[in-house]
Amino acid sequence: MSDITLDLARMMVVRRARWTPLEIAFWLAAAAGYFLFPAKLVLLTQMLIGGLFAMSLDLLLGYGGIPSFGHAAFFGLGAYAAGLLAVHGWGEPLSGVLFGGLAAGGLGLAFSSVIAKVRGAAVLMVTLCIGLLLFEAASRMPWLTGGDTGLQGIDMWPLLGQFEFDLYGRTAFWYAYVVAFLLYLASRRYIHSPEGLALKGMRENHDRIPMLGVSTARRKMIAFTISATIAGMAGALLAQTTQIVALETLSFERSVAALIMLIVGGIGTLIGGFIGAAAFIWARDVLSALNPVYWMFWLGLILIALVLTARGGLVGALAVVADHLARRGPPR
Amino acid sequence: MIARGVIVATAMLAATISVRAEDRPLKIGWLMSYTGPGAAAGAASDAAIDVFFKTFGKSVAGRKIEIIKRDTTGPAPDVARRLAQELIVGEKVDFLAGMDYTPNTMAVAPLSTSAKVPLLIVNSATSGILAKHPFAVRFGFTTAEMAQQLAAYASKQKFKSVYTFVHEYEPGLDAEAMFIREFKSAGGAVAGSVRAPLKATDFSAYIQRIKDANPDAVFVFMAAGELPPIFLRQFKEAGLDPAKIIGIGDITDEASLPVAGDAALGVVTAFHYTQTHDSEANKEFARAFKSVAPDRPLNFLPVVAYDVLRAIRQVVEAQEGELNPDRTMELLKQIKFESPRGPISIDPATREIVQTVYFRKVEKRDGQIVNVEFASTPDVKDPGSAR
Amino acid sequence: MLGFVNILLGGIAYGFVLFLMAGGLSITLGLMGFANMAHAALAMVGGYTAALLIGKAGWPFFAAVVMAGLTAAATGAILERLLFRRLYQASELEQVLLTIGVVYVAIAAATYLAGPEQMAIGVPAWLDGNLSLGPVDLNRYRLFLIVSGLVLLLSLVRLIEHTTFGAKIRAAVFNRRMTASCGIDVDKLYALAFALGSALAGIGGALSVNLLGLDPNFPIKFLTELLIVVSVGGLGSLRGTFLAAMLFGVIDVVGKYLLPEIGAFIIYATALALLTMRPQGLVGRPR
Repeated sequence: MSDITLDLARMMVVRRARWTPLEIAFWLAAAAGYFLFPAKLVLLTQMLIGGLFAMSLDLLLGYGGIPSFGHAAFFGLGAYAAGLLAVHGWGEPLSGVLFGGLAAGGLGLAFSSVIAKVRGAAVLMVTLCIGLLLFEAASRMPWLTGGDTGLQGIDMWPLLGQFEFDLYGRTAFWYAYVVAFLLYLASRRYIHSPEGLALKGMRENHDRIPMLGVSTARRKMIAFTISATIAGMAGALLAQTTQIVALETLSFERSVAALIMLIVGGIGTLIGGFIGAAAFIWARDVLSALNPVYWMFWLGLILIALVLTARGGLVGALAVVADHLARRGPPR
Repeated sequence: MIARGVIVATAMLAATISVRAEDRPLKIGWLMSYTGPGAAAGAASDAAIDVFFKTFGKSVAGRKIEIIKRDTTGPAPDVARRLAQELIVGEKVDFLAGMDYTPNTMAVAPLSTSAKVPLLIVNSATSGILAKHPFAVRFGFTTAEMAQQLAAYASKQKFKSVYTFVHEYEPGLDAEAMFIREFKSAGGAVAGSVRAPLKATDFSAYIQRIKDANPDAVFVFMAAGELPPIFLRQFKEAGLDPAKIIGIGDITDEASLPVAGDAALGVVTAFHYTQTHDSEANKEFARAFKSVAPDRPLNFLPVVAYDVLRAIRQVVEAQEGELNPDRTMELLKQIKFESPRGPISIDPATREIVQTVYFRKVEKRDGQIVNVEFASTPDVKDPGSAR
Repeated sequence: MLGFVNILLGGIAYGFVLFLMAGGLSITLGLMGFANMAHAALAMVGGYTAALLIGKAGWPFFAAVVMAGLTAAATGAILERLLFRRLYQASELEQVLLTIGVVYVAIAAATYLAGPEQMAIGVPAWLDGNLSLGPVDLNRYRLFLIVSGLVLLLSLVRLIEHTTFGAKIRAAVFNRRMTASCGIDVDKLYALAFALGSALAGIGGALSVNLLGLDPNFPIKFLTELLIVVSVGGLGSLRGTFLAAMLFGVIDVVGKYLLPEIGAFIIYATALALLTMRPQGLVGRPR
């Protein structure tokens, strides 16, 4: 490659890496949420965790073009790993998150070679089976996981030896916020790195990338492992902040919920997962409080309406609105 | 100027205080499954709330009763925990009540303890969940107490060998362990044991194992809901006699009994409530229930939910609306009244329910399939876990 | 030994139940390539229609089952015209999101219309009870399911593979524009195919209620099983779906019988292994 093209490529990388107003707005709004909704901190925390999980799926789907019906396998494994660590006497939160990420990443690596081989709709089904397999395994090992009762007795030590996990969920909120933000930064770096660009290229044109001398299988394996690791860390955060792990963390429903959040937010935007998770979890909470029996009806209608009107998810819709406003110029 | 300001401020303060005394609602956080596999429990408890309001009115000791319903969506401890936390922190509830699945209760109980909010449990049947949580009281039953009763019944019937079949989760494991311990110590033999996961919908494999062992009777515990009737039908389809089943009442609960139909005829169960229970209190409750929910089957759930609300009412009245959590717990331990299921009280030592356990057989009466009581043991307490 | 024969028969019967429910999905998801998560919801429509007609209106069993198929077909056709049609060209994931929305609405609607409790379905007396063939006891209803499943399989294979209707659908899926330019009304064809898939869902739902039970959670409870059966079998192949359903049913029941501690683990492991070895399915050409 000549120097000029290299410079050009570097410039493109830098340009693409610039923060959009939406990203900045989201992280500011999330922090503001702490002060605006002091009684809803647990919900806000679970939005951030859900967002992190959806973002991990975005790395896979939005950037790698690999869809998954079983991503909860990694989320749940991370949750159980961190939970078990705490149950067996090591309640330090940060190392627990790393441990959860490692466990999930390890499993991701183990399955990644299988995933790299299949394409298209079969990927959905292979990941679905991986998810169901892990769910079954956890359900059939109650001596380890607590089975249908869930993993109980998770006792967390104070964060950094200073901050107790309190009833209001204050510590839990900032803890989840910082971890999610750091992982967001890391993911941004990854997708804007040459490695990430190659991944994106692979999604755009699967057959041409190998001609450029890039191994698609290896790229896919790396992406899958990274995505699984982050999903595991999100699960670990949930385990530590709720101090319980339910079988449901491994369920098909959880995988589908992550997909919904991501599509609602906007695939391939990275921040879309967080925005989708916030919107979806918030809608579910409000609707189910208003009507505990029939809330699913309204949630379903909203999903249908979203698919029919807002292609590209909320991020896409917001971009359209912003574009429209920009063209009209600022109001005088 | 300053003096006027002080007067206005005092008046405003006085106004807020009087508002607090008179219009301060009594908030009850009500956690139940309104969607998902256990949705019938939520609907049944709603009917109980309606009966309660109709019978006792919507306020107690000058405080308006506000029941804040939240959907735990089935066995989802993390959801239950979040909702309970929001009810405590955000809504500042005076009581937490409801609760169906044991995992949810185990997730909520620690919050009730650290926030000192009394937790009145409608239906989580695992032994031992109250021990570490001084603000929790159980109004339902434990599978251990029912299993103990059934083991005694089995040995009285001179069954030599019994096979056990349970749902694989805490209440099921409790039931299995207690039955085996008690039945063996009475000289019986266990022909074999098999457990099914909560998600299984086809039981033919498990039933064939039972058939292979050819026991005198089969001890069964399954979570109440859509699965027991499927099990009973497949049991009969396999050519086995339903009269061989002795089980905990969930399997023939009145909400699912019509679905099981003839496949349930002859099944013997032990339980704390029977729709056909012959008492004035039950008839009265059944009438009120029918008037608020004409299409809903009357089973144990609304009865226990109703008892929980009555207990809350009693302890609030006794304190004249000024609640102190420690005093509330003292009063809850003294609860004793005639429920539609029979006389109930709370064991002050364990905060477990003390109640009559009834033995019932499924029969056809006037074309209806019903549980009919034929024997009972009074004042049964939770014997604790055998595991 | 006799026990094992019974178990095998139980597994085969369970496989037929799965096939009855998955047959329709093999058309909408498999053949038409529409990621239809609402298939079990359509089966539920059939189940409730039959249960209510028999229970409340006193209809005879078979009339109710036929009506269940028609109602599900009508529901499917309306949904297709109103919603699904707009997304044939969209990504699978948008189809997933849309149909999940439909599932949510269906669950709430079923709760509203029939309550959260389980529904019973009355079957005619001659289908109730057991038939003794020597030492083997055969459940009449399961036998009836096996016969219905075989009839369904044969007529569907005939319809898709040996009629012009089937040829047109296969052509339209293969190359929509080319087919349209041959003067075939692809739009109408798709609507018909979707209605057919939904009708099968409805009939399968109605017939399986007696074995699997029916409550508003039905659309979620059996979704994963059906998805796996259709994809393990091979997208677009009815024979594949049938084969996979049999395999799934037998392995599931035999596995739970021999190793109840491991349970459904075996079946998912088998499915994973099969999908990795043959991503195109048991029956089906590599794409």
